[in-house]
Amino acid sequence: MYTPHTDADREAMLETIGVEAVNDLFQCLPNEDLPDLALPEGITEMEALAELQYISSVNETTQELTSFLGAGAYNHYVPAAVDSLLRRGEFYTAYTPYQPEISQGTLQSIFEYQSLIAALTGMDISNASHYDGATAVAEAVNMALNRFRGRRLKFVLSPRLHPQARETVHTYMKGSDVEIVGEDLDPESDPEELISLIDEDTALVFVQYPDFFGQVYDYTELGEAAHDQGAMFGVHVNPIALGLLKPPSAFDADIVTGEGQPLGVPLSFGGPYLGIFATKKEFVRKMAGRLAGETVDDRGQRGYVLTLSTREQHIRRERATSNICTNQGLIMLASTIFLSLLGKEGLRELAALNYHKAHYAAEQINTIPGYLASPGKTFFNEFVVHCPRPAAEVNEILLQYDILGGYDLSESYPGMENALLMAVTEMIGRSEIEFMIDILAEETNA
Amino acid sequence: MPEPTLFDISKANRRGVRYPEPDVPEADFPQDFLREELPLPEISEHEVIRHFTNISQYNHGVDIGFYPLGSCTMKYNPKVNEDVARLPGFAFIHPLQPPETVQGALGLMYELQEWLGEISGFTDVGLQPAAGAHGELTGVLIIRAYHRDRGDEKRTKMLIPDSAHGTNPATSAMSGMEVVELPSDERGNVDLEALESECDDTLAGIMITNPNTLGLFDENIVEACQLVHEAGGLVYGDGANMNALLGTCKPAQTGIDVMHFNLHKTFSTPHGGGGPGSGPVGVVPELADFLPSPVVIRAEKGDEKNAPFYDFHVPEKTIGRVKAFHGHFGMFVRAFTYMISLGKEGLRDVAESAVLNANYLRALIKDSYNIPYDRMCMHEFVVQGEWEDAPDIQALDVSKRMMDFGIHPPTNYFPLIVHEALMIEPTETETKETLDEVAQVMNKIAKEAREEPETLKTAPHQTPFGRLDEVKAAKDLILNTSLPEDYGED
Repeated sequence: MYTPHTDADREAMLETIGVEAVNDLFQCLPNEDLPDLALPEGITEMEALAELQYISSVNETTQELTSFLGAGAYNHYVPAAVDSLLRRGEFYTAYTPYQPEISQGTLQSIFEYQSLIAALTGMDISNASHYDGATAVAEAVNMALNRFRGRRLKFVLSPRLHPQARETVHTYMKGSDVEIVGEDLDPESDPEELISLIDEDTALVFVQYPDFFGQVYDYTELGEAAHDQGAMFGVHVNPIALGLLKPPSAFDADIVTGEGQPLGVPLSFGGPYLGIFATKKEFVRKMAGRLAGETVDDRGQRGYVLTLSTREQHIRRERATSNICTNQGLIMLASTIFLSLLGKEGLRELAALNYHKAHYAAEQINTIPGYLASPGKTFFNEFVVHCPRPAAEVNEILLQYDILGGYDLSESYPGMENALLMAVTEMIGRSEIEFMIDILAEETNA
Repeated sequence: MPEPTLFDISKANRRGVRYPEPDVPEADFPQDFLREELPLPEISEHEVIRHFTNISQYNHGVDIGFYPLGSCTMKYNPKVNEDVARLPGFAFIHPLQPPETVQGALGLMYELQEWLGEISGFTDVGLQPAAGAHGELTGVLIIRAYHRDRGDEKRTKMLIPDSAHGTNPATSAMSGMEVVELPSDERGNVDLEALESECDDTLAGIMITNPNTLGLFDENIVEACQLVHEAGGLVYGDGANMNALLGTCKPAQTGIDVMHFNLHKTFSTPHGGGGPGSGPVGVVPELADFLPSPVVIRAEKGDEKNAPFYDFHVPEKTIGRVKAFHGHFGMFVRAFTYMISLGKEGLRDVAESAVLNANYLRALIKDSYNIPYDRMCMHEFVVQGEWEDAPDIQALDVSKRMMDFGIHPPTNYFPLIVHEALMIEPTETETKETLDEVAQVMNKIAKEAREEPETLKTAPHQTPFGRLDEVKAAKDLILNTSLPEDYGED
């Protein structure tokens, strides 16, 4: 049994309380009878495991299929040490470190995470994480709105900022008067096209790096244009790409967000993932989310506490900058361990491996008549393939050969029916790339 | 002894993982974009393991000892749930795979929606919100969308009892609502007179936590919901305290219109040191069209020959998505495993044992601590960490002293309406023996508070760290560290 009481325990406890039966404890409920739940009886652990094993076996996994799907969630190798540490009960059965004397493990790992993200993004500070990349972008919009106290209401979002991040921004901003522009631009236009939309009412300009199409742009000019109008400049990143590419601080970003899933987090059908959020020191009090800070204890030892909590909902209630009250805890810890294991050289090597594989795949695709893979564009591990027929059809054919072809861009960009977004990570071997190319050339080009 | 940071132990040219050489020709790097510095620490695998194992020893967790953190439901997290969430069929599926390749996952999500619906009485459930506060945001946006859909745009007033968690007002403000605080009556219920006086045509709704943060079932819940409904408002239920209601009361039947669940509280998914949580939202039929997108439907029912077919569905008037993809799937797997393991009787036993444990511990310490609103509690109760004859002692001192006995302190200073509050939630997985010991410790501390207050003021004494200087942390604002200036030079 999940609960430990014996009949004798229960009787002794009821006697101490001074009631006769457990039901007497529920006299305050408005319903006279307990509900008769239309649910099955419980089962044992071995039965439950068998049941869940069966359910899981119905799914076709990225281990069985060759997956070129990315679009915000990437199939990367997770070193064994990550999960081995995550499964320590000291980490995963603790909660938010409200009592620092007995939470230094969690607090130090938050502090180390903040340090790693600051180093990776080139920003002054990072918070302890948000729910995922999309909500981190929404929190950035919220932060800019608060920074200008609602006096600037225009938000310029790149059409190549993750579509689901943009949708999340729209949902979060439902109760406000903000105006969101930029998304309707031709998705294949240059980022400089956004400049004409920036004016003195603009609070924030937000782009992605590499962008949703996998492409890498120099945002220096765009960032300057935002700052010239007094607006903030935000960049949403893929953290693995930053092993190779200049950090967004090179474009003078004020806010950096990112989807942290590639840093040691399994695909797990979309979650839980990790929302990276970093900013400049001057904005720290405007930033939402938990923060760990270094201090000392009464014995003179270095230690850490949650700090600047006066920004947060449990103190400020309706005047708080956000309602967020947790971080992604264990997922944040996974990425901290992952980055510790890789270090400087490991992350560079991983980024380079992804870069080479993706470029090989794109190059090979470009040899197929009718196919065009990001010609003349700088990209990281993901690229747009223009197909001679609808991407949905290409995907269907590839799936017959146990290949997940890529993301059909028309699902987010009407008019791009023939465009496929393909990601190639270190998990895909040369022979798998070549098999996919063969199928594209022989089976889809008829 | 504090553990050095990752940056302290870094040494140039060490590493903890290697990748294979590229098996494809190397492409030219974009020279204009290459980064020069990448100041990450360099550490061997063994050192990484030792570092994190060592710092883990400074944590208290449910696996280590009693953790009565009120309103957080720190119950035991069954190990099998961890195993199933890591099955390849769940861990290695991409969120954008075609539905026909992920029928197991979609079926599980559908079943979870059904189980949550049956337990709570709500007809429709959306799983996307990432945490309790995120579920609140979703729920309040649903209420807002419902009124606007009816063209009733003046309804922006949200009533929130003074006992509510801070996320309630913060969420309402974030959703563009005007927050009006409601007092509690002398029995800890929502004050009906005050509520009635706020019931007008600007009322959007009320956010109610039931059982409330005093651990009391609100005796006025049905009447309060009726008043709000009569005024045209909706009732948001904060499901943080659902643990007491499993199989004992369906919140929808008390008049609540929309409520979030905390899978990480009620359904035993681990708290993970602060996350990930999971905050699905249940609604009455009138609100089903507003759920965040997507929800999972059973598109084809299936029969003896054919399996059912599950698919994503975008509700007609959806508030939109509240995050990327479909929610914290890994948490759905754990919560679902927990539910089917317990089944209907087991779920009720959870509620009964949780309530039994709380009332038992309350009975054992009630002579040592003042208990405001002294009536039968649900899954938790609130006592005061102050005594007239111990003028220097605060609740915080009691908390810190509890650590010396291997006990995590209760929630401190919450709810705000109780002075020097200690909110105690034992949960159902604790034995009578544990509760007896805890009561002994707490009674001893109450005695120490009068007889040797210094012992409390300077506590904890037995933990690896003493009290930390929070003022210094906020003043110095050291939020990260980095490699030393001379790093890499021998």
